[in-house]
Amino acid sequence: MNITKTLDAKGLACPMPIVKTKKAMDTINSGEVLEVLLTDKGALNDIPAWAKSGGHTVLEQKTEEDVLYFYIQKG
Amino acid sequence: MTVNKWTAAEVARKVIDNEELFILDVRNHDAFEDWKIEGHKFEYLNIPYFELLDGVEEILPKLPTDKEVLVVCAKEGSSVMVAEMLSEAGREVAYLEGGMKSWSSYLEPIKVSDLENGGELYQFVRLGKGCLSYMVISEGEAAIIDAVRFTDVFTNFAKEKGVEIKHVFDTHLHADHISGGRHIAANTGATYYLPPKDATEVVFDYTPLTEGLNVKIGASQIDVNALYSPGHTIGSTSFVIDNQFLLTGDILFIDSIGRPDLAGLAEDWVGDLRETLYSRYRELAEDLVVLPAHFMIIDELNEDGTVARRLGDLFKENHGLNIEDEAEFRRTVTDNLPPQPNAYEQIRQVNMGKITPNNDEQTEMEIGPNRCAVR
Repeated sequence: MNITKTLDAKGLACPMPIVKTKKAMDTINSGEVLEVLLTDKGALNDIPAWAKSGGHTVLEQKTEEDVLYFYIQKG
Repeated sequence: MTVNKWTAAEVARKVIDNEELFILDVRNHDAFEDWKIEGHKFEYLNIPYFELLDGVEEILPKLPTDKEVLVVCAKEGSSVMVAEMLSEAGREVAYLEGGMKSWSSYLEPIKVSDLENGGELYQFVRLGKGCLSYMVISEGEAAIIDAVRFTDVFTNFAKEKGVEIKHVFDTHLHADHISGGRHIAANTGATYYLPPKDATEVVFDYTPLTEGLNVKIGASQIDVNALYSPGHTIGSTSFVIDNQFLLTGDILFIDSIGRPDLAGLAEDWVGDLRETLYSRYRELAEDLVVLPAHFMIIDELNEDGTVARRLGDLFKENHGLNIEDEAEFRRTVTDNLPPQPNAYEQIRQVNMGKITPNNDEQTEMEIGPNRCAVR
């Protein structure tokens, strides 16, 4: 997987992770992949729901030492 | 326009006083479908906050201008953002302080009845989760039944009333919410009782709550009588208080009955549930007022906000008490059960003292409706 950009949103509380993710998404091109690092557990449901509503694809999600990683391909 | 902040207590008054309210819930659709703030006259619009990042113009026509509008999210942050956007668009709105997290935690104490010689019986209604706890007060002493984990609410209430908590009971090992009983007892020196048949795996000391146990509260000797009533769990025990009130725990609710599967033994316990509901309870006086440990839907609240109904009325009206055929009863309480409560296995472990999650983890475990009943 080619990661175009990484967003570190660790420590941020809702709604900031999604606000920042959306802004970062606006800076990459369709088909490119954004990596997002988060600690807000609410994002586990919200990121996929947001991605779906915006036509993006969550390629992978993992959790390592309380940090959530999302890999989102721009639609 | 100003953005107002409402507490869970203010929203609770709207529910109990039957007032109108328009709730804009900005959580994702799944969370909203699963669990929301219920009110008799509440209206709802569910638009996830992440669909409003580019502006709120599209939803303005859907928001009433002649009604109060409350924006709600999981923890508060997103509702503040959306409320501010609406405010900039010229609308006066409020947000719920602490979001659904604080709604799930809020307890409203409501007096059920005066007892003889100045005694009082209170029901603590946890509107966001449907849990009901009880406090019997009589001349300087108190007993608490099925306390939820917000122990301060009970100890502060006892302080206000000038009573000493002497006895703390759990009608059964709870699976849907974390009990505060053992901690209240530890903090106040009260005795903590639990049915021994539910307590085979607990890792702390307790006093056995068994059939026929009788405790007198205060100088006026308000009677608290234990009645073995298995079926939701094998240890489930009810109380008859002052010969007037029947505390049914999770065995019998207003519009539903207990489910027998949360401790994993639905098939085994159906017979017990049947016997409790169709034999043991039938021998009691029909004028007893049933006070359950849960409500499932807002329609179960009386006009004063309490959840209470005459036993004789429930024998007539509660579907679960009117299934004559045993095989049909068995099917009703074992097939097609609602989903199990969130994290119920973990919650049981907490209530056995086997795991001790921190406050945030406890909050996460308790998110969502209680789902202890079969309708």
